[in-house]
Amino acid sequence: MGDPGMIVLFTVLLPVVGAGLVLLLRKNENAREAATLVTGVVTFAHVLALLRLVRAGETPRLDIVQIVPDVWLSFEVEPLGMVFALVAGFLWPITSLYAIGYMRGHQEENQTRFFFFFAIAIAGAMGVAFSGNLFTLFVFYEFLTFCTVPLVTHHQTEEAKKSGRIYLGILLTTSVGLQLVAIIWTWVLAGTLDFRTGGILAGTASTGVLSAILVLYVYGVGKAALMPFHRWLPAAMVAPTPVSALLHAVAVVKAGVFTVLKIAVYVFGIDLLQTLTTTTWLAWAAAATIILGSLVAFQKDNLKARLAYSTISQLSYIVLGAMLANEMGIIGGGMHIAMHAFGKITLFFAAGGIMVAAHEKKISRMHGLGRTMPITFGAFLIGSLSIIGLPPAGGAWSKWFLGMGTLEADQLGLLAVLMLSSLLGLYYLLEVPVKAFFFKPLEDAHHKDGIHESPTPSLIAICITAAATMGLFLWPDLFYELMQMVVAGGAQ
Amino acid sequence: MSQNLPALLVVVPMLLAPIAALLNRSGPAWVVAAGGSWFAFGAAVQLLRRVMTEGVIVYSLGGWAAPIGIEYRIDMVSAFVTVIVTSIAAVGVIYARVSVADEISEDRHALFYAAFLLNVCGLLGIAITGDVFNVFVFLEISSLSAYSMIALGHDRRALTAAFQYLIMGSVGATFIVIGIGLLFVMTGTLGMMDLAQRIPEVWASGEGDRTIAVAFTFLTVGVTLKLALFPLHLWLPNAYTYAPSAVTGYMAATSTKVMVYLLMRFFFTVFGEQFSFDRMQLDMVLMPLALVAILAMSLVAIYQTNVKRLLAFSSVAQIGYMVLGISLGSVLGVAAGIIHLFNHALMKGALFMAMGCVMYRIGSVRIEDMKGLGKAMPWTMAAFVGAGLSMIGVPLTVGFISKWYLVQAALAQGSWFVAAIVMVGSLMALIYIWKVIEVAYFERREDEDEIQEAPLSLLVPTWALVAASFWFGIDAGTTSQVAISAAETLLGVMP
Repeated sequence: MGDPGMIVLFTVLLPVVGAGLVLLLRKNENAREAATLVTGVVTFAHVLALLRLVRAGETPRLDIVQIVPDVWLSFEVEPLGMVFALVAGFLWPITSLYAIGYMRGHQEENQTRFFFFFAIAIAGAMGVAFSGNLFTLFVFYEFLTFCTVPLVTHHQTEEAKKSGRIYLGILLTTSVGLQLVAIIWTWVLAGTLDFRTGGILAGTASTGVLSAILVLYVYGVGKAALMPFHRWLPAAMVAPTPVSALLHAVAVVKAGVFTVLKIAVYVFGIDLLQTLTTTTWLAWAAAATIILGSLVAFQKDNLKARLAYSTISQLSYIVLGAMLANEMGIIGGGMHIAMHAFGKITLFFAAGGIMVAAHEKKISRMHGLGRTMPITFGAFLIGSLSIIGLPPAGGAWSKWFLGMGTLEADQLGLLAVLMLSSLLGLYYLLEVPVKAFFFKPLEDAHHKDGIHESPTPSLIAICITAAATMGLFLWPDLFYELMQMVVAGGAQ
Repeated sequence: MSQNLPALLVVVPMLLAPIAALLNRSGPAWVVAAGGSWFAFGAAVQLLRRVMTEGVIVYSLGGWAAPIGIEYRIDMVSAFVTVIVTSIAAVGVIYARVSVADEISEDRHALFYAAFLLNVCGLLGIAITGDVFNVFVFLEISSLSAYSMIALGHDRRALTAAFQYLIMGSVGATFIVIGIGLLFVMTGTLGMMDLAQRIPEVWASGEGDRTIAVAFTFLTVGVTLKLALFPLHLWLPNAYTYAPSAVTGYMAATSTKVMVYLLMRFFFTVFGEQFSFDRMQLDMVLMPLALVAILAMSLVAIYQTNVKRLLAFSSVAQIGYMVLGISLGSVLGVAAGIIHLFNHALMKGALFMAMGCVMYRIGSVRIEDMKGLGKAMPWTMAAFVGAGLSMIGVPLTVGFISKWYLVQAALAQGSWFVAAIVMVGSLMALIYIWKVIEVAYFERREDEDEIQEAPLSLLVPTWALVAASFWFGIDAGTTSQVAISAAETLLGVMP
């Protein structure tokens, strides 16, 4: 299978090649989409090849170029990155399939640009997943920000322009203003930016300074959407739904929480985190975001906006897991990256399907739609269960471990927050299928008779992710195994 | 030949200038200017290589040794600065061909190229001479040629801008010559190395302390006026805005950089770190000014409606970064300042050149006139975005490298406050760059199809600088090494 380092490089570069093909084939829609799908599948195959190596205990590594003395652009595949890469790699071709149905069904303009930047963004996500040190992580983190701007502002309307400003403004303010300072500070203190089991910061400065750096990191990763730096995510919802689905429920936001987890485990180390005063504060800040996000989601009638706030709330589960600073918390957080991704992407797929087929964005106008779109709403129900954390959906497992983590950390209050949030989710998510299946259709609904299921490619995608969401309840072993390796120091 | 390279570096452009003027025709004059610039570029690279392997090059003019005669003294810092100046001149002269033909009337082309060569000669002279009076002479050469190049701008306001610059520049030059005179009175020498030896002696003897302090002040104010440190920057925005596009791109990337070099030369070599920082408490003056420059000038840049003017104010802010690095007084800080000389030259040169392309096609660089250019001139605007990323300091661009060292230097001294302001400055850069991008890519225009992309002779030099700003952001090993060893030379720290 060739040199492991090369496989890593290919995995990151393949989406870029795919983007190039999309440009070349722009004249022929079908060939263009075929290029996206084929590269997606090939990329995922490469991720699987790497998975085999990682499970065998290897950590493929590749140093590309030395930027300034002792600071390298380099890749390294370790179990935590593998979790993220698996999720993003698997969901990219699926989302592409979905996007074909959506973009055509919705008659969107500039589709070539859309598919081009979509592929580029995946390269960014892979780069984040496989980054071998903090510098590389930062490079791809910023790369991901910039290459998603054309997707967020796709419609080029006034609203898109405004959202673009919020999106760039918040993400860059946090990353440049806080995260970069923290990274350079780490460099000054530790003299290295490598990821090491047990961290690199222990013993380099006083607890006070390290606590401050932790705060800079956690708030500096704006993509984790910890309040008050969450506004960019609802703003990003002006994008076409496939973007919201893959990038703003999976790739971009997961890059954020993944960064938080990675920094917690490999820069600070669990032991050091436990001694820092700000760790507990940040856990409570995450808890506040969980509850506030759910409460705001409650009040949103626009389905995509509601899902966005639900995502903000769910992302903080992972931040919370990291800040619990124990093994269960880390395992739960890492698994939640995968579980939430599958659940939330199903929800977004369904929301987009409803938009294309029934032209409805508001929940209050979805009465009775379930009768004409049973598969779409059925999938929505499954996705909801996963987000709430109920069987038979994968979300149950990550919540279980997070709950165990709060007990281990002796934080009953945080356990209560998790429970409360599930209750809130029960209401704001299940309202949708309940209205769709059990309420009478509205008198003045648009296209009353013409409503049918989502476009076929989209429908296939929805079924796959819904099935995967349930599958993860029965077989969560892979992600559990990888996260076990993370806490057991499998990286070294 | 290679023995006399230091002299040739200055003499060749100087002698070619009158030839260009005498030829008096656009084409041949351009060939002469291009030849001179590229020769100087080759020579400068050669010299930098030699300094890197062999150490300081000392060249006595006419064979007269230093205190009696004039010596050229090329160490790491001066070699690096000559490479900056000549590389921009070499790219700029290619760019000038079409841009000048468009913006300056035909009968003045030859004179323009003569002035251009003289300017290159003056800036190079300042960078390599080891004699303070010689500095003044070259300063005047570069300034006078700069005034006349600015005055050639096709907007009539270029005349008042040049005049304003002339007045301010002359005040600065006068201050510098007063400072030099005072030093000569106290020490009886004009050689930099000689001065470096005698000033501490005179200072220690207690008698000349005040005079030397006054000389120091005159020199500082004079040089900071020429390099446009806030609040002595008032001449710069107009000069950059109304000068011909080719001149703005070239000058923004070179002349203020050489002045920053001169400032470092006076502070660290002539007066010495001890005198500058302990006796004169330079950091107490420079650091606040630099910080205010970064914040205030970035803020002013945000509110500009003319992109050249916007970039001019941004330049004043960026000069703040360089001076900030110097004011930190550590090897890392000074290295950050030096590396930013080069990095900023690349990105600002590229940005101004991109605006020159816009000027060439639509005859305006006002933001509201740039609607729809993202579609109409995709390569030009992509260059603007690429160089803009550098201004913001995105990783893998040169802007990031500068920031990396500057913030590191600040944090190493525990000045988190300074680090924070540097970051705020780059976020403000995001705002003013994004303002242009938003109009160019989000607004539509009617005549989108009628506007053509800029010609290749403008695009290629512009993209050369953009490419360099990425290249040296990814492989910053050499530049950072040069900058650090230059800083070590200046501070007298031997590695």
